Amino acid sequence: MTGLKSGDQGAMAALYDRYSSVVYAVALRVLGDTGAAEDVLQEVFLQLWRKPTAFDAARGSLGSWLAVITRNRAIDSLRKRRRETDIEDVVLSVAPDLAGDADRARTAEKVRGVMGTMIAAQRSALEMAYWEGMSHSEIADKTGEPLGTVKTRIRSGLIALRKAFQS
Amino acid sequence: MSEHEQYADDLVLYALDALRGENRARVDAHLATCAACRLELEQLRGDTSLLALSAAGPRPPQRARQRLLDAVAREASEVPTFAQQTRKDGAALPRDLHASVRSWWGWMGWAATVAVVVFALSLWRENSALQQSLMSLSSQAAKNARELEELRRIAAPILGPETQRVTLVSTKAAPQPQGKAFYLRNRNSLVFLANNMPALPPRKAYELWLIPVSGAPIPAGTFKPDAHGSASVVNPVLPAAIEAKAFAITMEDETGATAPTMPILMMGAGE
Repeated sequence: MTGLKSGDQGAMAALYDRYSSVVYAVALRVLGDTGAAEDVLQEVFLQLWRKPTAFDAARGSLGSWLAVITRNRAIDSLRKRRRETDIEDVVLSVAPDLAGDADRARTAEKVRGVMGTMIAAQRSALEMAYWEGMSHSEIADKTGEPLGTVKTRIRSGLIALRKAFQS
Repeated sequence: MSEHEQYADDLVLYALDALRGENRARVDAHLATCAACRLELEQLRGDTSLLALSAAGPRPPQRARQRLLDAVAREASEVPTFAQQTRKDGAALPRDLHASVRSWWGWMGWAATVAVVVFALSLWRENSALQQSLMSLSSQAAKNARELEELRRIAAPILGPETQRVTLVSTKAAPQPQGKAFYLRNRNSLVFLANNMPALPPRKAYELWLIPVSGAPIPAGTFKPDAHGSASVVNPVLPAAIEAKAFAITMEDETGATAPTMPILMMGAGE
């Protein structure tokens, strides 16, 4: 990141080589289209190039931060809505540092394990909210469940993930 | 967190980047003053990042890497970074100028010493002036914060769900939809209140538009009226310091639009 802040294009290439697979996987999972996923990939890394100070290394890892930024951008693109969050406003904490493919594979496996322990309705609500960008009320309409139940399922699902990685 | 429980669900939506319009503005206002909720939001974002990291798939094609690096090189050549600019400035001194600078220091050292003292004195004066400016700015910032808090205190009960809203009209006329926009351009602040708004079809929302003096209409938030036809939009995200010629309302899909869909349902210019 230091190299990036001084305008080092080689540093940008190194960051791309390290994190592009995460960014592309997230964008592709949301959009389901390789062309659109490439566009989001390009946008996310260009934003990092233009504003490297937006990422605060003291709060979370770069891989996790990029994953969150990418997911948000991809959902904006999927739902054809305008952006409301600047990248420097996205601060996250308590996320593992996942520089290598092996770290990411272990994390992904653990997340899938936690998701597997959830009841189907909770897993489904969490996935609709996260990967499809659906609001609570949209999920409630789709599933026929009360709004409060949907809210509780999503929130407790996220907390369950947090606890699994804290233990 | 118990006293902040009312924000718990909204924070989850915020972390999922799914909170929009006035609900987002309300949470933003709370986050500005609540460290506990800011921390909870950061943790929720951390939780969501775990979901993101569970995505697996193929690596991006090689052409994507080249496309990015070409774009980076293009931007670097068009807009030099601060570091590049600094390096260029240093390298721009011609060789003979370096020589003459060394020579000047050689036999005019005493003059340089005087110059340094004078420079230090001017820096000291400038520092004092800057400190005074800083104190003045701090005082202004505190005043602005007090004014904002006062506005919040006044606006909160007006915009609350429990507020009784009464519109007085001619007894012979049917209630007409009505909207009031309060726009402070220098503070980028907009409050919009509406009443008697007709109910919307499913998955539709009203969208407020700022019509600038020149250029295309700017989206200024979507809203859905409550059972009584009342609605509000508070501090939507807007470009800085745009002069508004008028405000307008259209009906759009509930996710909002980037350009208004005709017809314009309501419109009003400044009073």
